[in-house]
Amino acid sequence: METITKFKSIFYGVPMAGWLLGAFTAVMLEYFLGDPISYLFDLPKIPVLFGALFVLKHPLMIPSIIGYDIVIYILPILLVAKITAPLTNALASVLEKTPLWLSTIIHLCLFYGIIDTWSGINDYRLLVVKLTMISIILTVSLNVINGYQGEFSCSHPGFMALGAYASSTITLLFFANDKIFGAALLPAAWGPWAFPFAIIAGGAVAAIGSLVVAIPSFRTRGDYLAIISLAFMFIVKSAIENMEIIGGPRGMSSQPNYASLPVVFFWTIVCIWTIHNFVTSVMGKTLNAVRDNEPAADSMTVNTRKTKMTAFMFGAFWAGVAGGLFAHVLRYVNPSTFGLQKLAEILAMVYFGGLNSIYGSIVGAVSINVLGEALRPLELFKWIVIPLILILVMIFRPYGLISFTEINMKKMLRPKNK
Amino acid sequence: MEYFLQNLINALQWGSFYAVISIGYSMVYSILMLFNFAHGDIFMVGTYIGCGIATLFLSLFSAFLPGWLIFILTIVVTMFLTSFVGVFVEEVGYRPLRQAPRASAAITGLMIGIIFETGNLIILGAQRFKFPALIKSVAYHKGGLYFTNVKIMIVGISILLMLALHVFIKKTKWGMAMRAMSFDSLAVPLMGVSINVIAPLTFAIGAGLASVAGILYGQAYPILDPYMGILLGWKAFVAAILGGRGSIMGAAMAGYMLGFIEIFVAMIFPSTFRDLIAYSIILLILTFRPRGFFGMEHSIRLRL
Repeated sequence: METITKFKSIFYGVPMAGWLLGAFTAVMLEYFLGDPISYLFDLPKIPVLFGALFVLKHPLMIPSIIGYDIVIYILPILLVAKITAPLTNALASVLEKTPLWLSTIIHLCLFYGIIDTWSGINDYRLLVVKLTMISIILTVSLNVINGYQGEFSCSHPGFMALGAYASSTITLLFFANDKIFGAALLPAAWGPWAFPFAIIAGGAVAAIGSLVVAIPSFRTRGDYLAIISLAFMFIVKSAIENMEIIGGPRGMSSQPNYASLPVVFFWTIVCIWTIHNFVTSVMGKTLNAVRDNEPAADSMTVNTRKTKMTAFMFGAFWAGVAGGLFAHVLRYVNPSTFGLQKLAEILAMVYFGGLNSIYGSIVGAVSINVLGEALRPLELFKWIVIPLILILVMIFRPYGLISFTEINMKKMLRPKNK
Repeated sequence: MEYFLQNLINALQWGSFYAVISIGYSMVYSILMLFNFAHGDIFMVGTYIGCGIATLFLSLFSAFLPGWLIFILTIVVTMFLTSFVGVFVEEVGYRPLRQAPRASAAITGLMIGIIFETGNLIILGAQRFKFPALIKSVAYHKGGLYFTNVKIMIVGISILLMLALHVFIKKTKWGMAMRAMSFDSLAVPLMGVSINVIAPLTFAIGAGLASVAGILYGQAYPILDPYMGILLGWKAFVAAILGGRGSIMGAAMAGYMLGFIEIFVAMIFPSTFRDLIAYSIILLILTFRPRGFFGMEHSIRLRL
């Protein structure tokens, strides 16, 4: 224990920029030297998810996987972070004097460079990264309703379906030649520029759809609202199944390939940023007030109806955006995707990560997604291990791993040498 | 008219499953103010246990016992065994979370359900099991109506079970303790009735009822699969809410009502519209009657 503390104390003086630089070096190293080093460790190719998939299939390869991870990831990150600490601290103190948005953007660019390089090595990584980001959007937006506003909403897959179908309809109708809508109405070159509007339209449709749940929520709370939202989810799913014009139960396919990594990354950052601003604003604080005591909030001049409606519409908007991105990442949607399974998945991510916390939601979404992918070789046992982990988390930390904590960018990015 | 009556019989049978399962949700709710989200999967486990017991008993006793006696024996033994599944769910998923936010207990319930489904798939494999027919099905034709003795038996046993439960809750000492607990779960433990006795008992009774529903379901639809509990469970949950949370009577009524809605929607419209219209009706009912049919008037302040 003491050695761990001592080891950690070596790295106290490393700012966020230093860690990012270290990670950037590591992924660059893997990009250029990954093949020879994996050959050196007797691995057939570069391990995709830090070797997690590989280890479970071939347990004898564990030492070489660990060796690869140490050489490629751990050593470069730690060494570069420590060695460049004076430099990155100087950089951080320069950036501290600039406006916060500028220094945040610079850090985000570096971060984007890391994940772009990391996921550029194979398509599987790229898909995992994209789906994880979409999960982050879903989780953070459900946290607005279930965590900050304190309802138990089960309709997120429904909102997601609305967004996915609305934006797919737009892109397929205007920019793609497909079986359902026929030839494209507009030149395909305009497509990528119109894609944000399609996504926003998807979000808007979801937000309007959320009124079906938001208006009953004026009078109903708790379990009854849970049922209303559940009913809404089934209604959306069943309605889409019965609409032959958008594919019915067969679903919609061949969406144009617009949701590239930068696009998904951009939407994820915008989502986290707006939701963070929303929940730390006065309007966001009223959500907590309504959750904790509705009559008291009402008597303190909080407009509870407006608050509930805003929370639902805002959460649903981002769920719709996530749905639109989801449809364009997989380039295929069908109504049965947005069922109870998806619901259980999103709820698990929210409650695992932590209520009332954007930070927690990000942690929850990333860990459940990565865990789900890493345990894939276990096949069926995966669905024993993940629920067990969730039960343990619920028993020992009933509010989730990281609850009631907000992101503080200024504190996160400041130099650490003082 | 005959067509209508025919569907009425079908709806009664279909509603019986919902009613018996949703009572389990409602009882747990009245004690703990929580829903047992693993209930649908307890139903599934109960059906599989019933299938095993029925196969065993048929091979052991069919030489010298009549069919109805084997049927009753199967029901009794399956109820007994499945009630332990209910107690297990309470011990693992709900007891450690008495003070936690309500949603956390919902998550543990859901996760235990997933473990049951996957465990079943791992232990028994992907092959479908067929529930043995315990009662020889006899079809009757009366004035254009077509029904079997199995259908009558399903409705009859369901109603009998509900009456038995009613007597248990109203007339016995244990039932009185349960009613007291649902009335005030803070003061009653001070009077020497422990919540850690009453809550497992409630889970056990709910699980026992669900297992009987499972056996009856197996008689009507003999092919079993590990995910059969999900949809039936969620719909029974909807019925429990629709009846008014914590109201056993309401849950049973709403279970039958849900059965009627589903069957009659399928009668009038194409059957793919069943979920769409059934849930739209539920949404409308809850929008205009937020407490369900028999819900208590006092509102319980939510712990998040």
